[in-house]
Amino acid sequence: MEPSEEEAIGRFRKGTGVIMQELKYVIKDKEGIHARPAGAFVKEAAAFPCSVTIAKGEKEVDAKRIFGVMGLGVKCGEEITIHTDGEQEEEAIAVLGKFLEENL
Amino acid sequence: MMVLEGKSVFGGIAIGKLSVYGKKDHAVKRSRVADTEAENKRFLEAKEEAKRQLAGFYEKAVKEVGEVNAAIFEIHQMMLDDQDYVESVTNMIKTQEVNAEFAVASTGDNFSAMFAAMEDDYMRERAADVKDISNRVISILQGSTAGAITGEEPVILLADDLAPSETVQLDKSKVLSFVTRHGSTNSHTAILARTMNIPALIGVDFPEKLDEAPSGESCLSGNVAAGTDNGASIDGMLGIVDGYQGKFYLNPDEETLAKYRKLKEEDEQKKRLLQELKGKENVTLDGKKINLYANIGGVADVANVLANDAGGIGLFRSEFLYLESEDYPTEEAQFTAYKTVAENMAGKKVIIRTLDIGADKQVGYFNLEKEENPAMGYRAIRICLDRKEIFKTQLRAIYRASYYGTISIMFPMIISVAEVRAIKEIIEEVKAELDRDGLPYKEVEIGIMIETPAAVMISDLLAKEVDFFSIGTNDLTQYTLAIDRQNPKLDNIYDAHHEAVLRMLKMVVDNGHKEGCWVGICGELGADTELTETFLRMGFDELSVSPSMVLRVRDKIRNTDLSKNE
Repeated sequence: MEPSEEEAIGRFRKGTGVIMQELKYVIKDKEGIHARPAGAFVKEAAAFPCSVTIAKGEKEVDAKRIFGVMGLGVKCGEEITIHTDGEQEEEAIAVLGKFLEENL
Repeated sequence: MMVLEGKSVFGGIAIGKLSVYGKKDHAVKRSRVADTEAENKRFLEAKEEAKRQLAGFYEKAVKEVGEVNAAIFEIHQMMLDDQDYVESVTNMIKTQEVNAEFAVASTGDNFSAMFAAMEDDYMRERAADVKDISNRVISILQGSTAGAITGEEPVILLADDLAPSETVQLDKSKVLSFVTRHGSTNSHTAILARTMNIPALIGVDFPEKLDEAPSGESCLSGNVAAGTDNGASIDGMLGIVDGYQGKFYLNPDEETLAKYRKLKEEDEQKKRLLQELKGKENVTLDGKKINLYANIGGVADVANVLANDAGGIGLFRSEFLYLESEDYPTEEAQFTAYKTVAENMAGKKVIIRTLDIGADKQVGYFNLEKEENPAMGYRAIRICLDRKEIFKTQLRAIYRASYYGTISIMFPMIISVAEVRAIKEIIEEVKAELDRDGLPYKEVEIGIMIETPAAVMISDLLAKEVDFFSIGTNDLTQYTLAIDRQNPKLDNIYDAHHEAVLRMLKMVVDNGHKEGCWVGICGELGADTELTETFLRMGFDELSVSPSMVLRVRDKIRNTDLSKNE
């Protein structure tokens, strides 16, 4: 397996000056984001008031909706990008980053 | 009559009506509703009821199959709360003025089509989950009861495969046997069959319909249309499961039925005989004795150990204490559990195996990192020696409980003498602390699990360090043959009787005995009656098997004569 690390945690500007948190992560679990971790991830994301999105390539979905997350069909070795925006966005990205490290 | 073959996961004979586990789509009619607000409310209420049912299944499944397998019910609840899903149903009711049943069915179809179109096999199978939750809501809306078995009579249950989500809903008293098309010998259904002591076959490619008239006394239930172009549905027909030969008879003829009725009777007689073996010694015809103990995974299992007349507990898996709690179990909680078991066993030996978890068993508060190869990773004694405080808490609890019975300890996943010495140092620390605190304890026998090829090869050295060896054949076989037991594709080459493993067993017995250690087996192989004689000849001192197997193994021992040539 190729080494896969979370690549960057940081603030960045998207569009018209909105500041949000971004995290990129390459999935290590050989089954990809299957139902169980998808459910657990959605649960973690839903605990925060800020908006949370998860994207694979061009496709970005609401990370608080399980069908969206499962619908991405993320497999082992694929990179996902998480964005959090709004209240508690920094805590959210930290918690979700830790969750990914430990579970996926 | 049609005869099909499969792989048996548990012996025994079942004769009864077949019930094909229906993942049937509900017949839903579209109708127009005037009051869409009320209709939407009806949907939302049904959805909440469905979630309540699923929450109930979750609780039940945690007990039956453990937290990891039960998680699917949490996911189903989340699916029902998914905003896209709910909005789709609501919009359909409001804009198309349709009934809730139809809106749920259409939405379910759309979402499951999304999964069905995905490239990944696993995700394609998730289409079934969406149908499952939608059907549950529809059942509630229609006021019908969900579940596979509707009749009063127990049945032979046929299915493609049964997920935990399906078995949990079954009324177990209505199941005579399981027959599935897929699944591995370690699948959930297989494990369930073994705990229920009922015959089960996997890999049986049964047809949906049979183009022949039902024979015997198999009365077709009224709603089954017989004599269609492709034959009649097998649902409701009579069947026989032969768990000894791995055979499944569909619509058996009178002759076969008569033969199996007789076999079944003999089988039951044998089970009754086994009951009579209670209280008898585990001794061969020529007088060789062996200890026969039982494996348990929790305090509740002790009743079963006593009911089956085991001479002690050869493997007390302590993981349940960690898996069932939200945080590290306290010394008191552990002490209470060990003490209860020791007291209930009233002086009989209780061998507690220290914590055996790893990255493959999810215990959230341990914060274990995801591993590529958890079977060979950070687990069991490796965690305990690394995180001494967790280990010491457990050892203190065990030593304190030792005062109330006869307790031994064994340590899993040992690969070196250094590990054993490190463990013994920690034990000395624990004992010193207990002395200081004025807490009583007794002498505790110390042993190790032999479950790595490394431990086998240095068993002569390890024997100098401990009082006993207990061979964990499941892991030892997996590591020796380099075969993942969870992979059904490898079932055909997985050979539990592999010569390499048998030679290792012999080597461990000989090395153990040279240094005065007693040697036992606590893996599944210990209950394999085809090998009982072999184990006796090798000189094993103890076999520890699941409680339900104790009397069968005793029967085998009592009918073995070692004075005769092999």
